[in-house]
Amino acid sequence: MLEIKCPYCGKRSQNEFSYGGDATVKRPMLGEEISTEDWDNFVYFRDNPRGKHTELWHHVSGCRQWFKASRDTATHEIFDTCKMNEAFNE
Amino acid sequence: MSNAYRTKNSTGLINKNKKINFSFNGHTYHGYEGDTLASALISNGIHLIGRSFKYHRPRGFLGVGVEEPNAMVQLHEGNKSEPNIIATEVELVEGLKAKSQNCWPSVQFDIGEVNNLLNRFFPAGFYYKTFMWPKSFWMKIYEPFIRKAAGMGVAPLQPDPDRYEHNYEHCDVLVVGSGPSGLASALAAAKNGARVILAEDKANFGGSLLTDEVTIGNMSGKEWANDTVAQLKSLPNVILKKRSQVFGYYDHNMTVMIERVSDHQENPSKYTPRQRLHYIRAGEVIVSTGSIERPISFGNNDRPGILLASAAKEYMTVYETLVGKKPIIFTNNDTAYSTALEFLKNDITPVILDTRNNSNGELVKEVKQKGVNIRFNSGIADTKGHLKIKSAVIGELDKDKENFTSLESIDCDCICMSGGWTPTVHLSSQAGNKLKFNEEIDAFVPDKKRQRESAVGAANGSFTLNQSLAEGFQVGFDLSNKFTDNNIETNTPNSKEPKYEKHERLWCMPLPQGKKPKRFIDFQNDVAVSDVELAIREGFRSIEHVKRYTTLGMAGDQGKTSNLNGLQYVSNIEKKIVPEVGHTTFRPPYTPVTIGAIVGREVGNHYLPTRKSPIHNWHEEKNAVFVAAGLWQRPRYYPKESENMNDAVNREAANVRKNVGICDVTTLGKIDIKGPDAPEFLNRVYTNAWLKLPVGKARYGVMLREDGMVFDDGTTSRLSENHFHMTTTTAQAANVLSHLEYYLQVVWPELDVNVLSTTEQWSGIAVAGPKSRELLSKLFPNIDLSNEGLPFMGLVDTNIDGIFARIYRISFSGELAYEVNVESNFGLHMWKRIMDEGKAFNIEPYGTEALSTLRIEMGHVAGAELDGRAVPFDVGLNGMVSKKKDFIGKRSLSKEAFSSEDRQTIVGLVPLDKRTKIPEGSHIVENDKVASPVPKLGHVSSSCWSVEYNNPFSIAIIKDGKNKIGKNLFAVSPLKDISIPVEVVSSHYVDPDGERVRS
Ligand SMILES: [Zn+2]
Repeated sequence: MLEIKCPYCGKRSQNEFSYGGDATVKRPMLGEEISTEDWDNFVYFRDNPRGKHTELWHHVSGCRQWFKASRDTATHEIFDTCKMNEAFNE
Repeated sequence: MSNAYRTKNSTGLINKNKKINFSFNGHTYHGYEGDTLASALISNGIHLIGRSFKYHRPRGFLGVGVEEPNAMVQLHEGNKSEPNIIATEVELVEGLKAKSQNCWPSVQFDIGEVNNLLNRFFPAGFYYKTFMWPKSFWMKIYEPFIRKAAGMGVAPLQPDPDRYEHNYEHCDVLVVGSGPSGLASALAAAKNGARVILAEDKANFGGSLLTDEVTIGNMSGKEWANDTVAQLKSLPNVILKKRSQVFGYYDHNMTVMIERVSDHQENPSKYTPRQRLHYIRAGEVIVSTGSIERPISFGNNDRPGILLASAAKEYMTVYETLVGKKPIIFTNNDTAYSTALEFLKNDITPVILDTRNNSNGELVKEVKQKGVNIRFNSGIADTKGHLKIKSAVIGELDKDKENFTSLESIDCDCICMSGGWTPTVHLSSQAGNKLKFNEEIDAFVPDKKRQRESAVGAANGSFTLNQSLAEGFQVGFDLSNKFTDNNIETNTPNSKEPKYEKHERLWCMPLPQGKKPKRFIDFQNDVAVSDVELAIREGFRSIEHVKRYTTLGMAGDQGKTSNLNGLQYVSNIEKKIVPEVGHTTFRPPYTPVTIGAIVGREVGNHYLPTRKSPIHNWHEEKNAVFVAAGLWQRPRYYPKESENMNDAVNREAANVRKNVGICDVTTLGKIDIKGPDAPEFLNRVYTNAWLKLPVGKARYGVMLREDGMVFDDGTTSRLSENHFHMTTTTAQAANVLSHLEYYLQVVWPELDVNVLSTTEQWSGIAVAGPKSRELLSKLFPNIDLSNEGLPFMGLVDTNIDGIFARIYRISFSGELAYEVNVESNFGLHMWKRIMDEGKAFNIEPYGTEALSTLRIEMGHVAGAELDGRAVPFDVGLNGMVSKKKDFIGKRSLSKEAFSSEDRQTIVGLVPLDKRTKIPEGSHIVENDKVASPVPKLGHVSSSCWSVEYNNPFSIAIIKDGKNKIGKNLFAVSPLKDISIPVEVVSSHYVDPDGERVRS
């Protein structure tokens, strides 16, 4: 079980959080003209890197804030977490 | 004679003043306080304890602790019965009942032993080779056979009556194992102020200090251990846990420890748990788990009475028990000589066989000085004795130690063997540590760590006491410095222990000439040297493959005594060095853990939290049958007297259509939405338009996922300019909230909106049926409930009995209906008031079944239709989709596939006979007579008995549904072996124009 540092609450056990996927994916703007291919890339396709991954977590059983984490997908090491409007301290 | 095998001196940890009676295989014996089941049996001269897994060979004790592969017993009886318990880990307690397993009719005479005679038919890979085909034999013949043959203990059929608890702990430093290095680390870390947990698997702290004759400072090892434990106990920042095994090391330094709380207590109180599972999140973990002695493979090396030399020594020194009175000690190293010295203290002179050509170690010298003849360059070829070792065939080895030059038979009643020591690296390995091979000790030791874990002492391959203590004090201090600023260092005391000479790299004896006795490597899984040879001969090379093919190291003991010997043997045959062969993966749990401990208190009603509406008790009083809706308990129907479910549901639903019904809808998800951008947000979240919804009005809304599939639906109302009340389905309430939060926090943070779950703050009561207006008008005489005063999709705030109430004119049943919302605490009061007032209108409560019937008849979609595979077009919600604005998931709807004629879309079905109810999940086919696979048009999502038309009605999702209306098809359920001719009709079966809700 991972130990995740919520930027609002501090270190908590993984069972308080839910995973939210790749944090670098940007949703197209509303009303934006977008090709089917670009849309499909947004909806369906995600990279699956081995190593460092910037991802979203949601503190569902806590403060209910979404935040970003930088995690190694192979070792589960979490390098840093930050609020949505912040950048990692790296 | 009872307890005939006790040592002369009482210097161990046995309390001879307290006799403890127990039974084994129906015979009554006694031992003493401090005994394990193993030591008590051995002191009564009993070594035969069970039968082996594959060949049903008689087996006794090999070890003295967790490493024990053979001595598994069934403990207790009835619902407390527990299989596969290692006798060396069971503390003796008054009245303990144990019996042998894997034998029938008795451990002395076991029918299954025929497997041993047939052993040439049970080679490695036997199961793979034999039970492959014919396929039809698998279920009826092979599987029962394997199950019976492989059956070890018997699991009880009754529920476990014992109590198990879970506990969460945090500490700076967790020390696993309380031998010299563990005690040293714990002391150093604790004195420096770190929060320390020290875990010891056994009933006594001290590890090897309890058995080894050493000096630390001016104390004996044992005294130093006691003194250190006393110091630790006096410190407030230390938790000491004995009988506690850390069995798993997971991510981010999460370890799990099982504590045996009351198994050893004679009369534990009712609320004392039997075991406690501790989840320990440790800042740093010190692995001081010591080492386990290696056996040696020789002919018939598995007879009862053949055991590890270290085990024999611990039985003598700790448990005051003699494993035999005519011992042979067989070793490739110096440490076994300490066992010889213990025998000598009891006036027993062992025969000593040493594979080495000589040794000048201090212990060896001491034994020599006592006049014991040591046979160097010697080994054991074979043994005799059916149920207990009687004699050994021994001899001298040739120069290359590949053959015996001479053989002779000598009598014995036990053999104490030692093949050197294996560091217990399991936890480090579980933590992701890449092990390295240490050639000095011929074993793997921790190397590159991935987590905050440090091995010390024997677990780190440091086999001398000096090294162990130095490492322990140093690492304990260094790690604790991470957590405190005290910088208090504890000095390492001087220590004295015998000097040892090196072991010999020889763990497998040659066969006696002309004979092929089995030389076991893995005792628990009955894997012999010949099995490993066979696997290699058949082409298995990877150690992971050899392991699976032979099952070496795959038993419950995880190869604690067999892994390295197996590796060593593979490396010998392959002419590779061990590190090239590699090692298999260590996985948790280190020792078997009872399911009860893993489950903890999450049993029965504690399995999941139960959510109850404030009206729950009323439903219960009215005989409601409940159904789980997620965590909620909802009334399914309210049977009267002899009614069955169908009768009750039809009555309840018909009463809504005819009079008025009342339904508890408190479980619906409710979300409070506030902020200047709230209308804009809803406009993006829902498929329809929201900007112009007037204050005081509700609107039905549909949400999609980005892939265009319907996610949820519900009614949302505008309470004031920037304040909305959203309802969701019961099932999706939590997901919808997360979804909204995601878009507000991650995607559109610029929107000024707040969302908050208010599901539990409101109690919702649906009042539905043609008489609902009349009823509520009586209850709320001050408000205008006329069609003009409160039109469909309107809402009004009012008061009753001083309670705030909000009345929505919304309908799920398709009838004229209202939903009264009050603060949860007043839900029951409101409900009762409506019931009282409703008597005059023949009001009756209805449950979820009638609720379903009503919505199915009306063709309202719900969870069964909105199953994550439906776009709005599929389920008749096209009208809900705005063409003008963009919203979540809209871009996906323009994908070609979603508007194809082949899409499966919603229809109604009526059986042609108007009698046969169509099972949900049935397939819809055009022709049920063609050969399979029959082309499938779709499936039945919801079924009910239409109370309006008094015949069955179903909703189905079928290919090109709109154009199938009026056609006859078949609903087939291969599960129930039925085929029902049906007519396709509109899904809006009752009141298709929705006149009633607007009446
Ligand atoms: Zn938080």
